[in-house]
Amino acid sequence: MEKEHESLKRLFQQEFSKMVAVISKRYGLEHIELAEDIVSETFLLAAETWGIKGVPPNPAAWLYLVAKQKTIHHFRRNKILETTVIPELTSGINEVEELNFSQENIRDSQLQMIFAICNPAIAAEAQIGLALRILCGFGIGEIAEAFLTNKETINKRLFRAKEKLRTENIRMELPPENEIIRRIDNVLLIIYLLFNEGYYSKTNDQILRRDLCLEALRLGTMLTAYERTNLPKTNALLALMCFHASRFNARQSGDNPVILYEEQNEKRWDSALIGQGLYFLNLSARGNEISPYHLEARIAYWHCMKEDTAEKWEDILQLYDKLLLINYSPSVALNRIFALYKVKGSPAALAEAEKLKLEDNHFYFLLLAELYKDPDPGKAKSSLEKACALAKTLTEKQKIRERINRLG
Amino acid sequence: MNEFIFLFRQPNYGLSNASPAEMEAISKKWKDWIGSIEAQGKLSSHGQQLSADGKVLKAGGVITDGPFVEIRERLGGYIVVTAGSLDEATTLAHGCPVLDVNGSVEIRPFYA
Repeated sequence: MEKEHESLKRLFQQEFSKMVAVISKRYGLEHIELAEDIVSETFLLAAETWGIKGVPPNPAAWLYLVAKQKTIHHFRRNKILETTVIPELTSGINEVEELNFSQENIRDSQLQMIFAICNPAIAAEAQIGLALRILCGFGIGEIAEAFLTNKETINKRLFRAKEKLRTENIRMELPPENEIIRRIDNVLLIIYLLFNEGYYSKTNDQILRRDLCLEALRLGTMLTAYERTNLPKTNALLALMCFHASRFNARQSGDNPVILYEEQNEKRWDSALIGQGLYFLNLSARGNEISPYHLEARIAYWHCMKEDTAEKWEDILQLYDKLLLINYSPSVALNRIFALYKVKGSPAALAEAEKLKLEDNHFYFLLLAELYKDPDPGKAKSSLEKACALAKTLTEKQKIRERINRLG
Repeated sequence: MNEFIFLFRQPNYGLSNASPAEMEAISKKWKDWIGSIEAQGKLSSHGQQLSADGKVLKAGGVITDGPFVEIRERLGGYIVVTAGSLDEATTLAHGCPVLDVNGSVEIRPFYA
């Protein structure tokens, strides 16, 4: 019995985005909210009917059929409205055509939806929210939890994003061949941010965090199924996500929400995902372009080998050097200094760290504490105190407190 | 033993943003409730669920899209149970999930 409930949830996650994409493709993105309503109503009817009669032999076909009927019903009524009330209106919906739920059309519709949503005209945060709702079928409550905010904020954000879809006249179509290269960067960025939202999320809901990451992986995989979007950098991003995701099980145990890398039991790393990552990493080596995802994937790959070797840290340092050149960010700069410390020791690393002066960043003080550990335990302790004051979550503060106490 | 029809009337859900978890909960409630009737050997038909759309034909050939679309309580579906008496059948109706959303269950015996 539990299995059947599980299957409804899984079906929702699998089918919601497909059905919304197909309906939106047929009737236009301006009707995206209607598409959501129709699909949600379909699932509600499924929840009741299957609760009473059991799950039908082919649940997806059942859902498609009901969604077709509901859509036809809606637009037939709408057509009456249009032909009698506003006869001059030519919205393109002149006859009711059946929705096409073939595998090809589902795939094409979803790809087009990815490009429609990951459109730079929409604010990045709203793109992620919209992606979670429309591409991944998350509820508003879950999205609010992931962003640690309330439902009203998310509803407003999504409302504005959908309004943008309308006012910017964004269409359900793949960009022309020569534009895909440019547009795909934004698509990959949103998938990358979605993954990070899960991996580094402030929420303590572990299942939700994992779902976010798996959805990012799923969307990335979807891009590889299509020749024009299956680019080396798409594969690099997938490799990067697989390598990180391989440490999911090791990052938590019991009620310990985050187990830091150094303390993880590498036997709990997922070797299948690491293998998958390697597969994508190899595919990413085609072509000449080296994207930030290529560099980050290589770094993440090194971190799948726990043993410290000179080769490991020298390569990581070089990768961070390259990454800084194409994509500067404070966290990359901090990570690079850690690599430098591993290669050249604390004096060299300290000299560079002092120059960074990221004094509102608790990771900066955590790094300083590590670098000062041997040469100056007093400074190490005061750095930890500053990090603790700046840390944003209770879990982090606790972890830092433990380190301060260990220093005595 | 007599047969009774349970007619479910319930508001249109305004739950277009329901999460999978909420939908799962709805499904489970129905399953549990139907299951408890089945377990007593008193379910004689799983009935049918009705689509929310449809038409109503009235005297004089007036066709409307039905009052049920607009009114708060639409007929959502039915099941058939067997019970010794109307009171016993009514007892079975307790716990029906439509009650959670301010709907109702109409319990009507068939003519024998």
